[in-house]
Amino acid sequence: MRAAIAARRHGADVLVLDERAAPGGQIWRDVETPAFGDARTLGDDYAHGASLVAEFRSCGAQYRPGTLVWDVSRDRVLRIAGDPGAHSVEATRIVVASGAIERPFPVPGWTLPGVVAAGGAQALLKSAALVPAGPVVLAGTGALLLLLAWQYLRLGVPLAAVLETTPRGSAWRSAARLPGALAAGGYVVKGLRMLHAIRSAGVMHLRGVQALRALGERRLERVEYRAQGRDAAIDAQLLLLHQGVVPDVNLTMALGCAHDWDAGQLCLRPRTDAWGNTDIEGVALAGDGAGIAGAACAGLAGELSGLEAAHRLGRIGRAERDRLAAAPRAALARSLRVRPFLEALHRPRDDDRVPRGDDVIVCRCEEVRAGTVRAEIARGAADPNAIKSRTRCGMGPCQGRYCGLTVTEMIAAARGMAQDAVGYFRIRPPIKPIPLADLLALDRGEAPPEVALPGTRAQAPVQR
Amino acid sequence: MSADVVIVGGGIQGLSTAVHLGHRGVRTLVIEKDYCGRHASGVNAGGVLRAGRYPEELPISHAALEIWSGAQSIVDDDCGFRPIGRLKIAESDDEMAHLAECAAFVRRLGYDHECLLDRGELRELEPGVGAHAVGALLVPGDGHANPFRTVAAYRRKARSLGSEVREGTRVLGARRVGGTWRIDTDGGAVEAPVLVNTAGAWGDRIAAAIGDPVPLEAVAPMLMVTGRMPTVMRTRIGAVDRVLSIVQIPNGTVVIGGGYQGHADRDTNATTLDYAKLAFNARIAATMFPALREARIVRCWAGIEGHTPDGRPVIGPSASEEGAFHAFGFCSHGFHLGPAIGRILAELVTSGRSNLPIEPFRVDRFAQRG
Amino acid sequence: MFVRHATAAAAATLTIIVDGREVQVPAGVSVAAALLGAGAVVLGAAPVSGRPRGPWCLMGTCFGCLVEIDGVPDERACAVTVRDAMRIVLTPAAAAPAPACDPWGPGA
Repeated sequence: MRAAIAARRHGADVLVLDERAAPGGQIWRDVETPAFGDARTLGDDYAHGASLVAEFRSCGAQYRPGTLVWDVSRDRVLRIAGDPGAHSVEATRIVVASGAIERPFPVPGWTLPGVVAAGGAQALLKSAALVPAGPVVLAGTGALLLLLAWQYLRLGVPLAAVLETTPRGSAWRSAARLPGALAAGGYVVKGLRMLHAIRSAGVMHLRGVQALRALGERRLERVEYRAQGRDAAIDAQLLLLHQGVVPDVNLTMALGCAHDWDAGQLCLRPRTDAWGNTDIEGVALAGDGAGIAGAACAGLAGELSGLEAAHRLGRIGRAERDRLAAAPRAALARSLRVRPFLEALHRPRDDDRVPRGDDVIVCRCEEVRAGTVRAEIARGAADPNAIKSRTRCGMGPCQGRYCGLTVTEMIAAARGMAQDAVGYFRIRPPIKPIPLADLLALDRGEAPPEVALPGTRAQAPVQR
Repeated sequence: MSADVVIVGGGIQGLSTAVHLGHRGVRTLVIEKDYCGRHASGVNAGGVLRAGRYPEELPISHAALEIWSGAQSIVDDDCGFRPIGRLKIAESDDEMAHLAECAAFVRRLGYDHECLLDRGELRELEPGVGAHAVGALLVPGDGHANPFRTVAAYRRKARSLGSEVREGTRVLGARRVGGTWRIDTDGGAVEAPVLVNTAGAWGDRIAAAIGDPVPLEAVAPMLMVTGRMPTVMRTRIGAVDRVLSIVQIPNGTVVIGGGYQGHADRDTNATTLDYAKLAFNARIAATMFPALREARIVRCWAGIEGHTPDGRPVIGPSASEEGAFHAFGFCSHGFHLGPAIGRILAELVTSGRSNLPIEPFRVDRFAQRG
Repeated sequence: MFVRHATAAAAATLTIIVDGREVQVPAGVSVAAALLGAGAVVLGAAPVSGRPRGPWCLMGTCFGCLVEIDGVPDERACAVTVRDAMRIVLTPAAAAPAPACDPWGPGA
């Protein structure tokens, strides 16, 4: 939204393609039509999204909701689905702001009905005012987990437990980076306020939780874990898991952008310059899709990419661009200072990213277990694509979004390789499955020049 | 010596050669620039097809099918081979007449593997076929295998027979000095008395280093795969005059292709897709089997293949140097032949002769053309 | 598993048909939210094992909430908004070889 607003301010012709039905992305999901009537029920950060959405609606950009971009070519042709009138769009400049997805959380039983991503539960909260029907266990690490717990408590939802996998000593290790965190403003204060709300509500809150497992026959019945040296269990019908978000890289991978492993964020992120430009001419990124930095940074990066777009399109000169960018760039730098602290505080544990047990499902779509993947690594597979070809891991409809990082990290761990050296699944279009009809729509009606292989009339062995 | 035989290219051709040489007690070193199965052998549509070939290939093609059927005893893995049969569907009486002629011609050559189905017989076998289909040529016993699984099985067997497989290693040059090949790679030099060139779409570069120029074009045949679907078809599907290949594999996904070309860059391994052609391909598939209109496409891709000007592969000894042999340029139909090619090359290397006729595939045939 | 909060904004009610059964749901929500809010736990069967499967990401990226909507199979329930008289099938017609799973879960 911020990129569109900034580009429009300088007269650029802007088209926004959104897979969702209304603006707001995930952070401000359905903020125009709040499910609780008053958006402030879910906190001020959520409610403030409404004014940004309103500004976006009136900035003069064309907005096409319900439109999936399933491929972008290097010459900036976007293939789209969901719009009955159009199937491709050509652009002079593209800003990709596809955002982030939940990090995989491969613990035993994570595919049981009743185990849901915390971000997914928060989506239900925002879109439909759905809350857990009974006591709920939240487990993992990350600001979203604490925010959700706080939102539920304000709504009177009973929480059975908050099980943080963050090691107990990490707060101290992170303290070493604290000066930068304090300079970044209210993040730390906000986090402490949420922790306080959890504690004062009497919710069991543990840190240093290990060996999480979800158990049940056909749905979740019990959560087991180890904390403070003791094994314990909680009966539960709903477990919300979260260990951070990661960039959704499928579109940038399919485009052929370079990606690098970020050791602090423990994920792959596309390579961009200070304006969000990728190594592909005319294609830029903004927001969490380029690297996890949170909503405030996403907006500032969006503004910078909008200014860059206006400049590249000839609407403003370089000096003007730099002048207008000074304030957002400074704000971005300030907001980014807290990231190392948050990354250290909420670092997902090695065992929660690289499952130890052989029975843990790595690929949800194809139900491929860790033992199967490990066996192929032991047989010599060092490339995630070899694992994929041999086990079907990553071949399902999610196209590796919820197993790709796990596979890369499993190979890296088993072979003592750096994640960058291991690489990632080769992602090809469509970046989400599309109905055949959307491909048929690209048929120009001309028969291609290819002739059939030997045996057809063109090269028949028959004497006619 | 690094080995008795250095094999350049770790796809099905190179690995089956290593297996057959291994069975004869010959020590091999397979050099593969990426990983085995990265290219055509691992990303094709899995066709195990005797039909639809130039007549010169039929003997090799039939020998290959026997090896496919016995894969379990040869490489300790059935490679996912399912002899589901192959149909070439006629969409007009004219096409049907042509199929009848093809079947008769092949019978006169001594093969009885093809039979004609009329409209009713076709529908009994494939109830989901489009209403316009007039009949078909059926090749029972042809079918489908799992490409990557096949490559992995041949690689594993080759290694168990003593072959060394060096992946991520690119050949930079080759020279014959005395009775030895000296092969330069980006991981150091290797030496062997015999060099086998199974380098696929890069085979012309190795051939040129050996001294056998071959005009090879790198093409990018495109494929697409759907999500899992209820049963749409039971056999491998082809058409008569149209470029088409469809197969539904055991997990329920449908692979659609046939040979429409995207664009390949041999130096970066990058392939780009041509959506207009893919869409045309999809339209023909959906015409042939209307249930495919409900399909969702999950992935489109293209491999890198080597095509020769006359559509036949290059198989046989070097025309310019001793101790060098070729098997590449399979023009998008080499997967099926691979198991037999390895045996041919092993025979050539150890005895100088091949039991199957390979004269039409000589490496120097291009220079002889006017 | 989930329930609509008492302070949710008032919304019109629609009728959808789930596995042949009429269910009242709020207008304007996703099929997934409607099903979950009505007490569903399991939305279908996992394609390989046939085991019961429920939603994970609920933002359209994991493809774990696939249901048949108005005859079209494998639609993401979290990505489609409910419409009046929408017909939803949770148990796949081409049944995986799994014990039939009760989509409403025990004791719902």
